[in-house]
Amino acid sequence: MEQKPFSRGLLSSEADSQRTLYPYVTGTSVVALKYKDGILMAADMGGSYGSTLRYKTVERMKSIGKHSLLGASGELSDFQEILRYLDELILYDNMWDDGNSLGPKEVHSYLTRVMYNRRNKFNPLWNSLVLGGVKNGQKYLGMVSMIGVNFEDDHVATGFGNHLARPILREEWHENLSFEDGVKLLEKCMRVLLYRDRSAVNKLQIAKITDEGVTVSQPYSLKTFWGFSAFSNPTAGAEGSW
Amino acid sequence: MFRNQYDTDVTTWSPAGRLFQVEYAMEAVKQGSAAIGLRSKTHVVLACVNKATSELSSHQKKIFKVDDHIGVAIAGLTADGRVLSRYMRNECINYNFTYESPLPVGRLVVQLADKAQVCTQRSWKRPYGVGVLVAGLDESGAHLYYNCPSGNYFEYQAFAIGSRWQAAMTYLEPRFENFMDSSREDLIKDALISVRETLQEEKLQISVCTVAVVGVGEPFHILDQETVRKLIDTFEIVREDGSPAPEPGDAAPDLGEAAPAAAAEEGAAPMDI
Repeated sequence: MEQKPFSRGLLSSEADSQRTLYPYVTGTSVVALKYKDGILMAADMGGSYGSTLRYKTVERMKSIGKHSLLGASGELSDFQEILRYLDELILYDNMWDDGNSLGPKEVHSYLTRVMYNRRNKFNPLWNSLVLGGVKNGQKYLGMVSMIGVNFEDDHVATGFGNHLARPILREEWHENLSFEDGVKLLEKCMRVLLYRDRSAVNKLQIAKITDEGVTVSQPYSLKTFWGFSAFSNPTAGAEGSW
Repeated sequence: MFRNQYDTDVTTWSPAGRLFQVEYAMEAVKQGSAAIGLRSKTHVVLACVNKATSELSSHQKKIFKVDDHIGVAIAGLTADGRVLSRYMRNECINYNFTYESPLPVGRLVVQLADKAQVCTQRSWKRPYGVGVLVAGLDESGAHLYYNCPSGNYFEYQAFAIGSRWQAAMTYLEPRFENFMDSSREDLIKDALISVRETLQEEKLQISVCTVAVVGVGEPFHILDQETVRKLIDTFEIVREDGSPAPEPGDAAPDLGEAAPAAAAEEGAAPMDI
């Protein structure tokens, strides 16, 4: 970033055009869990522009190197910037050409440092990131927020997912879920999010990563049910004049 | 080695395609006291001969811990060795901070070699006058590397550098093929015997040698003197020539030092003609 060193205060107006103040095009929750063979991650394909559901085919999960999968919510342009940083990181890692490779733990730590350093400069990358992967049979699942808070867990979620999906996961997750059970559990979480999160769209992808590699599913939709009797006459019991 | 008109600076080639300054730097390694490394599938052992310039002074430190999973032994200009150890420690710490993971040994060794190469291609620099045996453990197993002042590096099953290295190699050569499956104790025993081979009149005692180990589940550490003494006694390493054993603590008996090698120790200019 080119900035004149002396005329720039951290919060001065001249510098404002150079740092992120608020997000513009955002992705909503990402949910992920560990299962028997690796990690399963789900995210819808929506890119909201404020309250408008503007973009409906946004891929918010990408594979990183051989061993990792990154999912992001928040500002999509910052996610694209992060993908460029990771691209360079993986490139240099490959250029060593020495049989060593960065695993998910290393990528997660690297991202934590990047996010925290940007936060310290009052110019955050406005994302919550989910980093999952498998290396040498070891499963890894972690999260980094835009202020650099990071942790590892058996199941993680970003944004609304924290409030709506994680309680479900806390209740129903267990070690060694089969692939089918993992997908069913994730779909259950995504369905709740679809019903209750205004920025969710009904077009999602589920990605899986195992020792063999990454597969991202084709986009698909969840079945929803709106035929509740209370919806047929919504104002019954509380009639209004409009 | 002889003086000639092409050896003044490192950026001058000789007509035969040699860089004499680099070769002289490698001579400095041969003048230092011995350092030996051996490795198995799960452990790497470093052992070295510690010489003190006089009975009144302390021994030169030749083994440095670089990180929990990497350590080095040096031979040659120990001051250069200290500087390189500091560089290596720095690289390990920085990598660990960013990636929360230990730096793979192979990468550290390449970085060290590239650093040494720079000094062979700048007219205002000189090559590092120290050979570095790098012992380390990473995901791909146990490794022993040798880094040369020339900027070359090689991986070894077992290697010896410093004065009378040939004696140690003679001991190691018929045995190295079995080292992969050696136990930790056998590896240390072989290291101590190799060290003994490089000592001529002296008895192998704890005052002259230092041993360090790194292995699976065992961070790099220098074995304390008591442990080494017990190991030496267990292996019953005694000189076969029956010469009278010097008083314990006498690192240099007055039998007349093996003159040329001992006189040209680390720190003393190793030249010439």
